[in-house]
Amino acid sequence: GGGLAVGTLLLIEEDIYGVYSHLLFKYFLAEGVVCGHDLFVASAKELPANILKELPAPLLDNCKNEVREETTTVTSEDDSMQIAWRYQNFPKVEASPNTSSRFGHYYDISKTMSSELFHSIKCHSFFLPEEPSLQPTVKMHNMNCGYARLLQSIQKIIYQEGFDGSHPQKKQKNILRIGIQSLGSMLWGDDISCTDNPEDAHSLTKFLYVLRGLLRKSLSACIITVPAHLIQNKAIMERVTNLSDVVVGLESFIGSERETNPLYKDYHGLIHVHQIPRLNCLICDVSDTKDLAFRLKRKQFTIERLHLPPDLSDTVSRSSKQELAAAAKLLSSGCGAGAGGKKHLDF
Amino acid sequence: QGKFTLLRDTRTDGSFLVHHFLSFYLRAGCKVCFVALLQSFSHYNIVAQKLGVNLTAAKERGQLVFLEGLGSCLDVVFGEEEPEEEQEAKQPHPLQFLSHCGARSAWAGGGSECQNLLLFQRDLRALLPRGRVLPAAVCIKFVHYIYIFCQGNIVMLVHSDEDSEDKENELLVTSLCHHSDLILWADSIPSALC
Repeated sequence: GGGLAVGTLLLIEEDIYGVYSHLLFKYFLAEGVVCGHDLFVASAKELPANILKELPAPLLDNCKNEVREETTTVTSEDDSMQIAWRYQNFPKVEASPNTSSRFGHYYDISKTMSSELFHSIKCHSFFLPEEPSLQPTVKMHNMNCGYARLLQSIQKIIYQEGFDGSHPQKKQKNILRIGIQSLGSMLWGDDISCTDNPEDAHSLTKFLYVLRGLLRKSLSACIITVPAHLIQNKAIMERVTNLSDVVVGLESFIGSERETNPLYKDYHGLIHVHQIPRLNCLICDVSDTKDLAFRLKRKQFTIERLHLPPDLSDTVSRSSKQELAAAAKLLSSGCGAGAGGKKHLDF
Repeated sequence: QGKFTLLRDTRTDGSFLVHHFLSFYLRAGCKVCFVALLQSFSHYNIVAQKLGVNLTAAKERGQLVFLEGLGSCLDVVFGEEEPEEEQEAKQPHPLQFLSHCGARSAWAGGGSECQNLLLFQRDLRALLPRGRVLPAAVCIKFVHYIYIFCQGNIVMLVHSDEDSEDKENELLVTSLCHHSDLILWADSIPSALC
């Protein structure tokens, strides 16, 4: 697969320190720049302009005009037009990445994107601390102020720039890429990430529902990172998952016992796919691979299938066999119920 | 009085059943009112075409009334402001959402016209007429109201998980199970991957 369909929402459950989720966030935006899409960046903790300064540099041999031509035209909102985002299953380095049938681009994260590439890109930003406080309208008065303000801002851009088809554009139709950082954190004024019984447990779900409506009715795609590890109330995360199209959880090994576990020595963390989209089809297509791990190299962030080493030796001690079995159980449970128990297969 | 069929899914996606019922009733020539809360019209249209039914045509000839939650919520949230007094005067009513969709006429035609009624709820409590989330108790009353008011069949999809911590949803699902005449439950096999 690969790609995020127009009109859908990708939710990333942040890893504990937010390191890798922020990287994916930047990849998404970088791809938008390279494809010539408009950007909307929202954050409560970091100036969007600063985020944009740190985007990874694309690996392009030819000038950027050729890259622009790859954007295809869209006929209807829910056409399955794919926008590429950084999702590389097997690491490979391509000497000449620019062909017209290519889907997605490669980036070098050790370098930042040059500002020339931004010249023709419209970047809209939303930085909560700098937004004027909202006049509470009756419709939104039950929703958290920050979220309500963000929704209004998104809706305004979609309407004004014609992403919802309201002004027939003379120029070629374009896509709006929306990136929202750390939604649900305290900085947005939501207390779901600091208490078991938040005062307003529904603001985030309401926000997501209205956002879903906005996305479905416009030529836009959205990525949101959520500090899920801070949200104690699991019911909220269940509803949040239900309201998103794709949900991916990042689990980094920093500071956990897995960092020293020989099973994971090549990797920096695991990726859990909690939900895949059900779009225009009877039932979603479940991929074979449930166990994905990622690693951050100097120039690249790669996602690979996780292979457990075969348990060959008889002299392997009991404790490590248990660990292997436990790890196997953990990995294969994926988004469904795995086979229970700690038994491992003896060959 | 028609039958109330509850579709339920756990650990898997049971919406294929909804697509089935929708095309089944339409092909049989029944009048259908469909409430879609989480997906857009075009999603259902595309799948229905694969099943041999054209939703757009059905809508045009009046066989199908399609209420799209996502679109209507945008009207509610970003639509025109009504004067404050009017808003305060109205009590949050579960049917407010549907009436706002312009479904009043469809409902008023009532029992005789709506031979078959189809509802698809995935997360009913996410509804926000006037910015208030419907608690489970209200949803249950709402469904019961429809059941009595409408003389056709009702089909509804809910999601539940065994280890779910969402007590409100569990309450809603359990209650609907009691109210229903037939339950179709889609569950994944433990050995299968989702």
